[in-house]
Amino acid sequence: MTQDKSLQKLGIVVSGSLGKGVEVKLDSSTSIEDMAVGRFVTIEGTKRRFFGMISEVSLGMTDQKLSLTPPDVADPFIAEVLAGTSTFGTLHVTPTLVIGGDADSLLEGPQPVKTVPSHFSVVNLASERDVELVFGAEDAKRFFIGNPLDMETKLCLDLEEFVKRSNGIFGKSGTGKTFLTRILLIGMLQKSQAVNLVFDMHNEYGWEGISEKGNKVKGLKQLFPSNVAVFTLDEENSRHRKVITDFAVKIGYDEIEPADISLLRQTLNLTEQATEAVYRLRQRFGKGWLGQTLEPRESEETRALLDELDIHESTFQNLRRGLSTIQRLPFIEPKPPTNAVKAILEHLDRGTNVVLEFGRYRDITAYILVANMLSRRIYAQYQQRMEQAMAEDTTKPTPLVITIEEAHKFLNPEVAGQTIFSTIAREMRKYNVTLLVIDQRPSGIDSEVMSQMGTKITCLLDNERDIDSVLAGVSGRNELKSVLAKLAAKRQALAFGHAVPMPVAFQPREYGSAQSYREFTGEGKAGTEKDLEKLWE
Amino acid sequence: MPEKERVGEVIEASTTAFTAQCYELYEIPPLGSLVKTGDSSAQLYAIVYNAATTSLEPGRRPIARGKDETSEEAIYSSSPQLTKLLRSEFGAVVVGHKEGDKLYHHLPPQPARIHSFVYQCTPAEVMEFGQSFGFLNILLNANLPVPAEELVSASLRQMSRAHKDPRAFLVAAGKELAILLSGNLNQLNAILGRLNPLS
Repeated sequence: MTQDKSLQKLGIVVSGSLGKGVEVKLDSSTSIEDMAVGRFVTIEGTKRRFFGMISEVSLGMTDQKLSLTPPDVADPFIAEVLAGTSTFGTLHVTPTLVIGGDADSLLEGPQPVKTVPSHFSVVNLASERDVELVFGAEDAKRFFIGNPLDMETKLCLDLEEFVKRSNGIFGKSGTGKTFLTRILLIGMLQKSQAVNLVFDMHNEYGWEGISEKGNKVKGLKQLFPSNVAVFTLDEENSRHRKVITDFAVKIGYDEIEPADISLLRQTLNLTEQATEAVYRLRQRFGKGWLGQTLEPRESEETRALLDELDIHESTFQNLRRGLSTIQRLPFIEPKPPTNAVKAILEHLDRGTNVVLEFGRYRDITAYILVANMLSRRIYAQYQQRMEQAMAEDTTKPTPLVITIEEAHKFLNPEVAGQTIFSTIAREMRKYNVTLLVIDQRPSGIDSEVMSQMGTKITCLLDNERDIDSVLAGVSGRNELKSVLAKLAAKRQALAFGHAVPMPVAFQPREYGSAQSYREFTGEGKAGTEKDLEKLWE
Repeated sequence: MPEKERVGEVIEASTTAFTAQCYELYEIPPLGSLVKTGDSSAQLYAIVYNAATTSLEPGRRPIARGKDETSEEAIYSSSPQLTKLLRSEFGAVVVGHKEGDKLYHHLPPQPARIHSFVYQCTPAEVMEFGQSFGFLNILLNANLPVPAEELVSASLRQMSRAHKDPRAFLVAAGKELAILLSGNLNQLNAILGRLNPLS
């Protein structure tokens, strides 16, 4: 038979329900060992075509006696006869999308399923065309992010849609979150109107990073020098790593707000009272409160001040100790010569993506402080501009995506209320600002924030609580759970949510070889000839 | 149809089976082989399930004659009348029929007629007939003096010889049997054991 290889028949539907998915009996010609959870299949109903994903693979037999007195399978003849007849494989498939047979519904594209295919409908392995039909082909707004598991087809993600919501990338440490994020950042840079502000805690996105194998991996600035600006908190470290930076960020005392301190309560080891005292000090001294608090005073003077503000002596000492940790951060200066927020906004307005490197200041105090502070002020600017634009009917500010790592530190239920990030996650795109959250402990993130995330892309997770929190509120979560738990430890991910029509397990495209750089830069609007030549050296 | 091997003539017939007498003593088609009878407009296909060689007269039993002979052949050569006093018969169970060009794997509307000639099927006919395994069900359910598993395995072994890839044929037949006998694992195992092309 000259049947198209891409239309490989797997078996037929034998039972099932809409809620639980359908059972598929495998044909004897199909080896159960070739099946894998997460693979994408189509079911040819009599009137409609269903798309679904394999979520469970199991063994069946017609006669229970076979399990008690197993046949002599050492004999290949008997083994071959029994395979697929008395003993057979079954698949559990969760149909998620359906496409009608008539022309109208073909134009509408795939719709969510509201029924199941009829008995004995043929189940095929999805072809390249099917995947294209569901996820769309690579075009002006769709970006090739990888291949569906065990397929050569290009899986594309609609990045215009993607950036409209806050999104999350999850996975245990070492599962390829960083690589996936790099790919998505490039995608957003090329295919969406949005600009990115990346808080790059581990100096991985802007300039060279190191893969787990120890190879150097190019960063965004190296691939797209004209579209990316690298800001740094640690000029010396950046120089050391031969990074071409565009701006050295310094933060003034007066830019730190009481809310920033309450966020750092745990990391600075502050008491509840100390964080409350901050607000009183802010009220008393205004913007210069931090400098004033840390200023050495005579004990008499201090006592008078504490009495006035009704702050206990030990609370004050606790606060001072905490604040001096902040003060010691080298990028914190009493009166910085430059305004980091203004510089970032200028770059973002020009459509340049900004990556903020933290250099050596990788400790969580610096990261939380800086990320929260800058985001808050940038967000405030955006809010103001957006409201103005709406009132005056002028152009709205460029959509902004803020990328944060170790998100559970900002978005855990205890502090979520105080950080700007939970506001951004909740208010979504109202003010054209969304989040890209990268985290390895999604269970640490406030469930309210999690539920607001549009698209979630997750690499392998094995902690039960993490899996539950990522999949909370997703339909067919039990099926997805088995897929998620069986992802390979590296370079495999599961995407679901707003920007993908149905959940899909995929292998992210290659990132790190000369060929991959060429492919990334060769497409889209970015990258000049000269940039490319340099890359191939 | 002179090119086909004529093996006998129907002497007893019913809807489900017929008995034929061989023209030559001992020239019986093998157990499980496919034979056919009827004219070109309507042919019956049947599978040999039983054979017997008896005396022409039912009441007269043959007697032992070889005491003074050196070999078995010598018995027949010294008493040439023996080949005329004994006869070989075989029974065949009807498993399908052909009307015009169309082959059906179920019982014919009419039984065979007495004195119809019975032919051994050619390999091409066997292959054509073996494209569908509908006959297995008839064999399994026929109430015959031979055990069904013996007959089924013998007929499949016979048919497989006509195929280019006997193993593939037997595997396909085995799968069909596995479905038919899904509730009777012992019988299935017995047949598969007899079908195994290696043993």
